[in-house]
Amino acid sequence: MKRNNRRSSRFPAVYLAVLTVIMYVPILIVMIYSFNESKLSSVWAGFSLKWYRELFRDRNVAAAVMNSLILGLLSSLAAAVIGTLGAIGTSRSRFRGRGVMEYIATLPMMTPEIILGMIFLAFFSLLGLPFGMTTLVISHTAFCIPYVYMQVKARLAGMDPSYEEAARDLGAGRARVFLDITMPLLLPAILSGMLLSFAMSFDDVIVSVFVTGVKVNTLPILIYTQLKTGVTPKTNALCTLLFLATLIIVILSVLLGRLGNKRNRTRE
Amino acid sequence: MRSDKKGSQAGFLAPMYIFTLLFLIGPFVYMIILSFLTRAETWGVVNEFTFRNYTRILEPVYRSTVFNSLKLALDVTFLVILFGYPFGYFMAKLPPRKRGLMMLLLMIPFWTNSLMRLYGWIIIFRANGILDKLLMLLHLTEKPLKLLYSWPAVTVGMVYALLPFMILSVYSSVEKMDWTLVEASRDLGAGPAKAFLTVTLPLSMPGLLSGVILTFVPSVGLFFIADILGGNKIVLLGNVIQEQLMKVHDWPFAAALSVILMLMTSLMILLYRKLTGAAEMEGML
Repeated sequence: MKRNNRRSSRFPAVYLAVLTVIMYVPILIVMIYSFNESKLSSVWAGFSLKWYRELFRDRNVAAAVMNSLILGLLSSLAAAVIGTLGAIGTSRSRFRGRGVMEYIATLPMMTPEIILGMIFLAFFSLLGLPFGMTTLVISHTAFCIPYVYMQVKARLAGMDPSYEEAARDLGAGRARVFLDITMPLLLPAILSGMLLSFAMSFDDVIVSVFVTGVKVNTLPILIYTQLKTGVTPKTNALCTLLFLATLIIVILSVLLGRLGNKRNRTRE
Repeated sequence: MRSDKKGSQAGFLAPMYIFTLLFLIGPFVYMIILSFLTRAETWGVVNEFTFRNYTRILEPVYRSTVFNSLKLALDVTFLVILFGYPFGYFMAKLPPRKRGLMMLLLMIPFWTNSLMRLYGWIIIFRANGILDKLLMLLHLTEKPLKLLYSWPAVTVGMVYALLPFMILSVYSSVEKMDWTLVEASRDLGAGPAKAFLTVTLPLSMPGLLSGVILTFVPSVGLFFIADILGGNKIVLLGNVIQEQLMKVHDWPFAAALSVILMLMTSLMILLYRKLTGAAEMEGML
């Protein structure tokens, strides 16, 4: 019995470790080859930083990074406003169409991305909207709203209504209560929803491929095109830098989550 | 706040109502209409009602594409359960400190650009690539295996991309499980296997099923994974839709394919809600 116990307590740790390592292998390989002197990934010709130098000289890359940043910021901001207000509205009213509204609010999450891409492409050309940043922002906002909505809704469900009631009893108006009590309490949820939205937007290939114009390239579209037509270690260098940025964002979000938790705990 | 009248929330709801009506419901409705229209000779659509777009899906070429896509999605889902369930389960049983570290380790690749992760697999699978060299070094194979542009490569790529969703779903389900129930079943004489099958597994079922949906739904549409790791050889439903839209410009047919895809995924989600009775999915975020 004892032997059995010891063995069963080892296995989970080994399993977790092995699978985690496998998850990182492709990422590490891409990073390692970004320092390869040779253009071919089948040979290692020595350490070099030349691909990074070339990367920084590439105007297309700089433009794509800029586009992706603008797109991510605009759509996560728009999603934050619409999603937060929507979550507050649905969780506080008991009208008949509420179930339908909830379903629609999370619909983009339940829809394969390719369908979102297809319907946006068809609909925007029906409306005659010019394809480019505008169509990108609209479609990204649409698939980002659920992430903010779900986060804020979960936070609202766990929120003590007595804070708002107390403020009302003490004479604060509705707008005052919203700005001074509700918003600060919701802020961690809104921020983490926005962060998630930004990450989703920054990483999106499928929807973007359909709704972007000829002139506007986002970073994922640029990488996708390179992967399809031919890669150089410059692509590896770009991916490596992106990975470092991701690392920073993840660590920031963990810190943000801790901050939110701490606030919760002090409130209790 | 609960005493507020209906009207007072209208201001909060208005932006979401307007946005979703205009940019979500509108496009969806248009997709359905489009799927019944006729394609124009050269470019665009003619307003002529037809069922032809749907009957065309029954043609052997497209039938086999739908079949292949479903088969791949099922394979991928099965493998994701096989690898992901134990991962999420073991992770939830870690002591809190290690759990936080594990979560961080999991979130980093999850948030990493999906194309970068795919690119890694290209380098691994490429003819004379890392895997081939490793296998030849170990004398497991004589010649390069040429794994890139094959079904196994696409399957690995999809499993790899979707595994975190299953892990997180199972984890969030197991983490909040009431372990005293498992202990009770053990005290009453159930062996570890029986306790797992009769108590733990049913209790973690919502997480498992939500993981199944989160893997199955995207796997039918992830055309770029099939595109990059499968080359032109592997054609899935998502690839056909993309091709019909961007290259052939037969939008009504693409719309009909999308409607079918949408129906399939909606059925899955309905089934999930029936089975678990839950309105929301476990570990969505």
